[in-house]
Amino acid sequence: METTIVNNNFKSEEYFINMGPQHPATHGVLRLLLTIDGEIIKKVEPDLGYIHRSIEKMCERDSYQQIVHLTDRMDYLSSHINNEAVCLTVENALELEVPDRVKVIRTIIGELTRIASHTLWWGVMGMDVGALTTYFYGFRDREMINDIFEETCGARLTMNYNIPGGLMHDVHPNFVKRVKEFITHFRIKLPEYDRLLTGNVIFQKRTKGVGVLTREDAISFGASGPVGRGSNYSCDVRKHHPYSAIDKVTFNEAIKTEGDCFARYQVRIQEMWESMSIIEQLIDKIPEGDYQVPTNAVIKLPKGEFYQKVETARGELGVYIISTGTKNPYRMKFRSPGLSNLSLLNHISIGGKIGDLVATMATLDLVIPDIDR
Amino acid sequence: MTNEALQKHIGGWFSDPGAVKLEFSEEGSQFLNISIHPDYLHELMWSLKHNKGTHLDYLFCLTGVDWGKELGVVYHLESTVHRHILVVKTLTEDRENPEVDSVQDIWATANFHEREVYDFFGIKFNSHPNLKRLFLTDEWEGFPLRKDYVDEVNMVVK
Repeated sequence: METTIVNNNFKSEEYFINMGPQHPATHGVLRLLLTIDGEIIKKVEPDLGYIHRSIEKMCERDSYQQIVHLTDRMDYLSSHINNEAVCLTVENALELEVPDRVKVIRTIIGELTRIASHTLWWGVMGMDVGALTTYFYGFRDREMINDIFEETCGARLTMNYNIPGGLMHDVHPNFVKRVKEFITHFRIKLPEYDRLLTGNVIFQKRTKGVGVLTREDAISFGASGPVGRGSNYSCDVRKHHPYSAIDKVTFNEAIKTEGDCFARYQVRIQEMWESMSIIEQLIDKIPEGDYQVPTNAVIKLPKGEFYQKVETARGELGVYIISTGTKNPYRMKFRSPGLSNLSLLNHISIGGKIGDLVATMATLDLVIPDIDR
Repeated sequence: MTNEALQKHIGGWFSDPGAVKLEFSEEGSQFLNISIHPDYLHELMWSLKHNKGTHLDYLFCLTGVDWGKELGVVYHLESTVHRHILVVKTLTEDRENPEVDSVQDIWATANFHEREVYDFFGIKFNSHPNLKRLFLTDEWEGFPLRKDYVDEVNMVVK
């Protein structure tokens, strides 16, 4: 242990403390081993595995239809998008073209998921830096999306709607009406978010210039999603590798240059506006047609390797399947956005205070089951 | 660059591709695949990132695979400038003491992902600064994602 003498003759000493696995700011069972000197952080070492369920091993004995249901337990705030990723991989491998109706509905559901995830993030972000009101605002608006999802697929968390070949069933007759109601509601409510938190002086002082990530480091650490885009790194999978119906709409990729907590915050706020715009462009144009293409009861992928990227609310999710031609994957890998985003936490926290670490963690928007898988 | 151009470009880096087991393949994959002997992996990877033509600066996926006889590591690389994607694979037949050079000095993201591969496959990454288990406890025996791993108590086999 290093000991240094400072000017006032008091000894300063480094020591360890544990943050988590039950700390409210870690949003789940994540344990951080902090090496600190006074309140200055010298090192942050994540200790993972508290909620590891070996999903990749389970995939090796499950059928492709079953695997879909494991993925919404990873990043549970992006359930629909995770399910979509597996379905897209399987459909690409089978060279199965799904109807346009499916593509458009998938994109709308995906963007609704993104808004729901970002509103929840916004609520807990405010709470983490000491503004409890945001929590209730965020949950109020997320509730409307959860109601739409409940009517569509019967669940409010770990939702399943996508299946290889399309959707489980057609959308509810109320779907279009309720989505429009939500957009009308949220177009009025989202500016409230700015009035309540974004312009707040205390909030800005907690986040501006804190946890700065450069563009070069963002790429090297494999950052993706709003974490990468807050550092002036264009990494939106929807722009670079479009899937489903995202090529039918126009939207701007939210990019900020500062790379600090406030930039990542602004990226997510702007993304909610963009998601609303995407939904509005599609909601009146859901094509008629079938909602699924029938597949065999036992899906066997051809021999080979298949990779699909999607943009979840947290960043780039990759699904990598190695198939030997049987009904189970030989190897299945999920490239989760959370693990790569967590790996840069140590790098951007050194030299800051514990309070800064809490703000940084909040803007990384970690979901621990996504990291542990 | 197109896959053909990439193959031609990278093929010219080694005077004797047979000696380093450099092979290109597009069979059964949507990307161009390169396989190389583990001894020459680091050299190839360093060039792939720093060469202006390839400029593969984004390592987006690092996967361990148990092929039964061999253990392998698969690297998915993308260029944020040229937007081409390349897959690099390396295999080692030594199941008792598998070793591959670490690439965490080239891409920082490899640090955690290599620890994950070490945790589940037991592949050691040479010159990795902190090679210990990432998810499992230190006293865990065996490497669960290997195909010959047996755990009669906790594993449900169908």
